Amino acid sequence: MKYYLLIVVLCFTNIMHTQNCTYTLFGEVKDFHDGTPMSGATIYVETLDKYLAADINGKFSIKNLCNGNLILVVSHVGCDTKRLEVNIEGDTYKEINMEHHVEELNEVKISGNAGVRLTKTGQESALKTSDIERFSALNLGDALKQVAGVSSINTGNSIVKPVINGLHSSRISVVTNGVLLQDQEWGIEHAPNIDLNSAGTINVIKGANALAYSGDAIGGVIVMSPSKISRKDSVYGKTIISGQTNGRGYNVTSALTKTWQKGWYISGQASAKRFGDFKAANYNLTNTGVDTKGFNLNTGFKTFEKGFNINYSHLKTEIGILRSAHIGSINDLVDAINNGEPIVIEDFSYDINSPKQEITHQILKAEFYKRFKKFGKLQLQYDFQNNQRFEFDIRRGDDNKPAIDLNLKTHYIKADLKLDAKTETTYNFGIHARYQNNFANPDTGVRRLIPDYDRYDVGAYAISNFILSDNTVLDVGLRYDFNRINAKKWFLESRWEERNYDEDFSDIIIQTDGGQLLVNPEYTFHNVSVSAGIFHKINQLQSVVLNYGLSRRSPNPAELFSDGLHHSAARIELGDLRIEQEKSNRFGATYQFKSSNLSLNVEGFVNYIEDFIQIVPFGTEQTIRGAFPVWNYSQINALLYGVDVTANYKLKQWNINNKTSFIKGRDTNAKIALIDMPAFRTVNAVGYTNKKWLDFNANLESEWVFEQNDYPNFNFETLNPTTQQMVLVDISTPPPAYHLINFRSDITLALSEKTKLNLGFTVFNLFNTSYREYLNRLRYFADDLGRNFMLQIKLNY
Amino acid sequence: MKTLKRILILSLLTGSFIACDNDDDTPVIINEEEVITTMTVTLTPSAGGSAIILKTQDLDGDGPNAPVVTVSGNLAASTVYNGVIELLDELDPNDVEDITEEVKEEDDEHQFFFSATNAIATFDYNDEDDDGNPIGLSFTLTTGASGTGTITVTLVHEPLKNASGVSEGNIENAGGEEDIVATFPVTVQ
Repeated sequence: MKYYLLIVVLCFTNIMHTQNCTYTLFGEVKDFHDGTPMSGATIYVETLDKYLAADINGKFSIKNLCNGNLILVVSHVGCDTKRLEVNIEGDTYKEINMEHHVEELNEVKISGNAGVRLTKTGQESALKTSDIERFSALNLGDALKQVAGVSSINTGNSIVKPVINGLHSSRISVVTNGVLLQDQEWGIEHAPNIDLNSAGTINVIKGANALAYSGDAIGGVIVMSPSKISRKDSVYGKTIISGQTNGRGYNVTSALTKTWQKGWYISGQASAKRFGDFKAANYNLTNTGVDTKGFNLNTGFKTFEKGFNINYSHLKTEIGILRSAHIGSINDLVDAINNGEPIVIEDFSYDINSPKQEITHQILKAEFYKRFKKFGKLQLQYDFQNNQRFEFDIRRGDDNKPAIDLNLKTHYIKADLKLDAKTETTYNFGIHARYQNNFANPDTGVRRLIPDYDRYDVGAYAISNFILSDNTVLDVGLRYDFNRINAKKWFLESRWEERNYDEDFSDIIIQTDGGQLLVNPEYTFHNVSVSAGIFHKINQLQSVVLNYGLSRRSPNPAELFSDGLHHSAARIELGDLRIEQEKSNRFGATYQFKSSNLSLNVEGFVNYIEDFIQIVPFGTEQTIRGAFPVWNYSQINALLYGVDVTANYKLKQWNINNKTSFIKGRDTNAKIALIDMPAFRTVNAVGYTNKKWLDFNANLESEWVFEQNDYPNFNFETLNPTTQQMVLVDISTPPPAYHLINFRSDITLALSEKTKLNLGFTVFNLFNTSYREYLNRLRYFADDLGRNFMLQIKLNY
Repeated sequence: MKTLKRILILSLLTGSFIACDNDDDTPVIINEEEVITTMTVTLTPSAGGSAIILKTQDLDGDGPNAPVVTVSGNLAASTVYNGVIELLDELDPNDVEDITEEVKEEDDEHQFFFSATNAIATFDYNDEDDDGNPIGLSFTLTTGASGTGTITVTLVHEPLKNASGVSEGNIENAGGEEDIVATFPVTVQ
């Protein structure tokens, strides 16, 4: 009887259950962007452990459901798998939007950021994480030289500015984590203030074809992106420690990231770098130490549909400048050039004395984005940058009082809208505004090199991308920028008259005091930039890119207002209030070949720049210290053209690599060469890889830089006051060609499933060759770096 | 299209984010410190008599105007002169600074060098710093036979005073930075 009752109860319960579970879920799987149904999507019903597939219209149904929650895992080829909860209340309909633009989710695994292209029709190269990590102890400018066509202009070995196809400083934009760097980039001795270690990937886009980033980057754009965040519950980190013999110093960088599957993430990264005096092949480079400390905090929330990011970075750099490069007169320069060796060579030291630079750069960024169904993505960004630059000279009075004390504050706000509902045609619109204030502290007791100014920029751009066919992509972009500069500058009355400003600018004088005039120059510029490019795939192996960029660049404060004696160069540098915008017309053509073992990339370009602003010698002026050459900013028409080749051939475990760049720059008015054009450079490497030997890699590299034979001759003669003889001041003749051999090798040990240890050994300048580089401003004073052994330990966990 | 509208409004808001000029902060004038505008070399015959003054004055410092060089008269042949050097910063005429004092305070970091063409004169230091090395604020000049030529006075900041020949007045190995280089045309009769 007991059993019978039990059976009845059980049956009854069972019947009750079945009675409530008769509902159906009707589902529809659609593309998020354009709403097209996604046929063949797989639906896994986690609660029922049941698989089914969507039909050709993306529809599916699940029958016999009870009220309550149902967990579905939807996946589709090329899509990010989506896990969602559906609340069943009677017969239910649910639309599921899938995202098939996985690459835009940037959810690539941390270990292998392969470097995604940012443009389809630009001349673009990407450096992946491992390429950047090798340069952990060096500078951005050093790392970028891995790209054919990118060289650097240096002040010693720690102030390294990238040069893209012969152009640098204000003609290059550096974007770090979406922020356009504003750090007094006009100066040749002002290196970009960024920690290379904060980047996961770096993209270099040659020419002004990346209008979303900036319109005036006639040379190109460098985009540094942080390592991608993946959406899963995870904690991971990376530490790189390197030590090197040259400079007897170390570099440490460490990053830790915590991510949540829901989309939250937080990460912190810190770096420290400390070097003492570096060494050329035969002598110490006294006072060339470096002390850098930086950290970066990043947090936010990220899903496909919406997200935000808050980022703060702080970088403080102290760089010693070669003691012998500080000179007082033209005779000192002649002595330095003729001596062949720096005058001051002291024993190794970690001390950083004057002359030196001390720069602190802070960036605060907040970004928000939201995607709209069948529409696109809206992104809003605000960032603030604070750049504090001190330069210390050797002074008769207090060496600890800076000679330059500039503070540059920049506020920036941007809205960007990407319409990508249709894959074949995407549009990108953006508007932005920037306010910038430069303050030159008068406590230096040295007349301001750059005056106080306010700068306002407003701009808008529209870029469209058309997929014309399976093999052809067309990009068209248009950008407008408005710039306004409002400066207040004290001029020496004698300089004001010497420049004939009294004739043209007498109306801007607002005050007169003790032989000086306070003037208020105001400028307004309108810049229109145009970019167009086409990518065509000829066949499976070959493709071509053709592009054109028209861009204008407004003069920077140095070009307008520079006014004073530069001690490290023994020259008087003068800006010109009359300088106008320069205009660049650049044509680029690229041929790419890619088979399983051979890849070849040939990039050609012609860049015609009207009213190109350059600084060149123009005469001498007498002071109590003797004669000084005067270098004047002036405008000419310039033609630059060149070819960059990258070739890679793989044969089993071996690979051969070549990177060659050739560039010519001409002043078409004077029919002479342009100053400071990189010489022909070819880098050839042989590499060997063996996975079985703990992932062993070895690479032997030959770097050959020719002598620059095509240079403008601005040499002049000056009177040696002691001997009363005329002597030649050879400031133009480039140094001879040089050939360096570098070697690197590394192995990787898997310490545990998640922990990897990579040990790297590198030798730069294996044969301790003594050499000087044309594009190093200290080449008059000392050789470049001698041999350097470096050991690097990299831990991924 | 509602979305588009919302975006347009946001865009306009962004576009209107233009700060206003603030014209009220006038930069403070800087009178260059540590400039030497004027060097006066006073040469007094040791046997007595009126002094000869060699002077170079560049009132706009590193500005475009050239220094004005004056020589008050001719030197007598075969005569010993006591030389004294005075340095001034006259950039601001209302606040003339005596740089001689600064050089004295940092005498181990400064040294004058003298030279003459056509053997019209020779020079000897008359002072020394705490290390026993010459400075040159005080010196003797001994003229040779009659003739014309130039006398050059150079002030070097942070010279290598211990380098070969430097304490004897040879500038060749001195290094450092030249703070003053002045050449005076002189007649010895």
